[in-house]
Amino acid sequence: MIRGGIDRLRERIERWLFRVGNPDPAPITLVQRRIFVLPTSAGLMLGAGLIVMLLASINYSLGLGYVLVFLLAAVAITSILHAFRNLLHLEIMPGRTDPVFAGQPASFRLHVLNHRSQRRPGLRLRMRDAQAGFDLGADGTAEIVLASATQQRGWMPIGRVTIETCWPLGLIRAWSVIVPDLDCLVFPAPERNAPPLPAPRGDAHGGLPVSTQGDEDFAGLRTHRVTDSPRHVAWKAVARGGPMLTKQFSGSSSGILALDWDSLPENLGVEARLSRLSAWIQSAQDAGLAFSLSLPGCRLPAASGPQHAQACLKQLALF
Amino acid sequence: MAHPGPISASRQPCQLWLLAMSALTLAPHAPFLPAWLGMLCAGLIIVRATQLRFDRLRVPQLVVILIALATAIGVKLDFGHFFGKDPGIALLAVLLGLKLIEVRASRDVYVAVLLCLFLLLGLFFEDQSILAGVLALAGFVLALCTLLSQQDAAAPAGAQLKAAASLLFQATPLFVVLFFLFPRVPGPLWGLPSDAFSSMTGLSDTMRPGSISQLSLSEAIAFRVEFDGAPPPPAQRYWRGPVLTRFDGQVWHPVFSPVTDTPQYSVTGSGFGYRLTMEAHNRRWLFALEFPDRAPTGARFSRDNRLLLQSPLHQRARFELRSYPATATGQDEDQHRLTEALRLPANSNPRSLELARRIADDATHPKEILDRVLAEMKTLDLTYTLEPPLLGTHSVDEFLFDTRLGFCEHFAAAFVVLMRAAEVPARVVTGYQGGEINPVDGSLVVRQSDAHAWAEVWLPQRGWVRVDPTALAAPQRIESGLTAALPRDGDLRGLMRPAADLLLSIRYHWEALTNAWNQSVLGYNDEVQRDLFKELGFREPDWRLLSTLLGASAATVLLALFAWSLRRHRRGEHLDRLWQIFCRRLAHKGLARMAWEGPIDYAERAAAAFPREARTIRMIAHHYARLRYATTGKPDQGALRQFSVLIRSLRFSKKTDDDRKPAKS
Repeated sequence: MIRGGIDRLRERIERWLFRVGNPDPAPITLVQRRIFVLPTSAGLMLGAGLIVMLLASINYSLGLGYVLVFLLAAVAITSILHAFRNLLHLEIMPGRTDPVFAGQPASFRLHVLNHRSQRRPGLRLRMRDAQAGFDLGADGTAEIVLASATQQRGWMPIGRVTIETCWPLGLIRAWSVIVPDLDCLVFPAPERNAPPLPAPRGDAHGGLPVSTQGDEDFAGLRTHRVTDSPRHVAWKAVARGGPMLTKQFSGSSSGILALDWDSLPENLGVEARLSRLSAWIQSAQDAGLAFSLSLPGCRLPAASGPQHAQACLKQLALF
Repeated sequence: MAHPGPISASRQPCQLWLLAMSALTLAPHAPFLPAWLGMLCAGLIIVRATQLRFDRLRVPQLVVILIALATAIGVKLDFGHFFGKDPGIALLAVLLGLKLIEVRASRDVYVAVLLCLFLLLGLFFEDQSILAGVLALAGFVLALCTLLSQQDAAAPAGAQLKAAASLLFQATPLFVVLFFLFPRVPGPLWGLPSDAFSSMTGLSDTMRPGSISQLSLSEAIAFRVEFDGAPPPPAQRYWRGPVLTRFDGQVWHPVFSPVTDTPQYSVTGSGFGYRLTMEAHNRRWLFALEFPDRAPTGARFSRDNRLLLQSPLHQRARFELRSYPATATGQDEDQHRLTEALRLPANSNPRSLELARRIADDATHPKEILDRVLAEMKTLDLTYTLEPPLLGTHSVDEFLFDTRLGFCEHFAAAFVVLMRAAEVPARVVTGYQGGEINPVDGSLVVRQSDAHAWAEVWLPQRGWVRVDPTALAAPQRIESGLTAALPRDGDLRGLMRPAADLLLSIRYHWEALTNAWNQSVLGYNDEVQRDLFKELGFREPDWRLLSTLLGASAATVLLALFAWSLRRHRRGEHLDRLWQIFCRRLAHKGLARMAWEGPIDYAERAAAAFPREARTIRMIAHHYARLRYATTGKPDQGALRQFSVLIRSLRFSKKTDDDRKPAKS
């Protein structure tokens, strides 16, 4: 409870402090005014310990006690600058993201560049629910993958990312909040146990008759999916005691599969429709079928192949 | 988080550093801890080392709790209480051992490090020598390495040490500022526990046979003296301590003496100025050379002509003094004090009393009695030894007539008893006699082994006259110290017999160094700080001034460090600077590089604008592109030099400049 409250408060303060809003233009260089330093809980504990030690030194007139206390204090203060310098002039470049289905973790890739001819150890990148620790060699680069859970379709921005370090002594935390210009495309989650693909039909404008021969061209076998038609199961292989396999047929001769928003049952909501279409696109893609996609205000002509599937899914994601 | 479980955490180098640090911190405490506790700590360290060697050795939580409880009970039984530094350190030591065997999260490491730091400080209660300082520094470096490896487990041990050293090095200016400018507060802040100063040795305020000879075995330094000029001859170096008048047959006690701000005597003869640095001895006595003219701040004169501090000396302190050994004292001594100095216990030492009466029988003047007593003692053939036999009820009788072996306290006591029996007021004075000049820094070192007892007799008109009966049997004791006075096969150990010159020389150097350490590091207290800043020209250095100075200096140091941390270390920094020069020169000619323009494109544009220099410009751009992008790491110096020459060889001819103008317009 308290922890959550503290986190919320911290987030608020950070939002106010860093005026985080629009993404930072790439590359992001951590300049002096972007870096903040505060003691960690260990640092505060040591500070309290230092006060106790100082009081003991005063009370018992321990000359060497003073030496120890002041040396410790001086090193702790110096470590502030080291922590600060460990982040200073780091360069962060947004990298690549791969589209994912909602519910799968989105992987954000960030490149962190060290332009200094010294190591930078003990760095850590953090975002909402992901974090990754890493070291940077002299003049080194690192590609850091931050995987964050997804819930909603659409463009998911990486949001606020904290880069922090507690090096050298763990007593001081230096951090900077950045908003890299990096978004991950999130496709609608495919419907579980979606009904089988609609039957292929001819061109909507009636140019071609519905082909029933299309399933004749055997193209290969692949592992069975629940959504596969029982007609396509390689029963002979099953009879031999092998695994359930599905026969694949080249789509070239098959009829054109039309995935149409309007042909879905009336009672389905927007998200449910998108989920079903998403599942169908996946099945069609897996089956190697050509398909077209019709959405209100948008139509993608029939095609097959991963690029087409991605383009269709993107339409669904951004619908 | 970073440490998924205890097993993988135990493999980290951080744990090894922590173990090393704990062992180093606990080891010097061993002599001061009860034996069972020292063994327990050693055992816990061994358990931890085994844990690190063989992963699957876990100590159950219950065992840890049981050990902690047993220790607490043991400490209570051993010390009788929990409060105070000794039981506190004992508990801390066990706590550290127990923490070690159950380190799991990173928080445990911080707690262990903090415990180590507390224990390092605890060591200073017992020992603040240079060695202790070096040891603490080593422990401190290990603490830094532990923390560093916690953050950066990948770096090898050497790199960790280097990082710790560089941190220490950079922290040094700030440390110096803090050490000298942090306003020092005179301690103690609150009432000290009763055991605060238990570990101090020195003269006591009573004397019994054997008490001083025991002290003579101690090589510990009682005080150091730096004379302004030449020191007085050894025979005049009497450092006056407790004056013992009352005798109960066994033990000598002081009598009450009121204190005054000024001495009861007026000084005569030549004086010796000196600075005396007393080691803490937890008593109020200040062992001044006989007889100082003025009391230093914080001290007063007692009626028996010695200096008394206003409070016990809990820490080493320095006093400026001036003494006049030839001063006569006590010509107008109170009658009741003289009566006190004549009193002898009844039915004690009958043989001595008989002897004294016989000697004094027909004497007319106390001076005559004094001479006769001394002569009589000489004929008794007494021997000076560090190991006098134990004496019974009539200690003086037994010493004078039976054993005839004694140390200075035997001589002084016997002499005073004889004098009193002969109706001459006499008393025992204890203190230190002699001292050794350290040839390295010229200071006089007075050790516990220089503790001495002598006597004073009161003669009409002359007052109290110092008589050292020890000189009868061992005149060398007074002239050249204890070592010379003892028989050759005496039992003094180690360095006390200056046989090996090398050893002696090492000892002198070491003690000179220790003196410097004591004066500058340990002795830097509120008074020294005030004096230092007065000498630097501040009229009234108080904590406000010091805090201001501290703030200003610390800010300066931090700013310097900050400037250092902003320094950029860029790959090919030099190369970029040269390229910037080239671009600036072209920009000067009206052809600035666009932000989006690469070197080759820029060169093509420039070559078109300056056709005469096109070849050089293209070469420069290609060189730069190759050095900047085609190589990894730092470009080598030779290539850079070539590049620099190339840029310098670029000359724009006037004519070209003119050609360009119409082309542009």
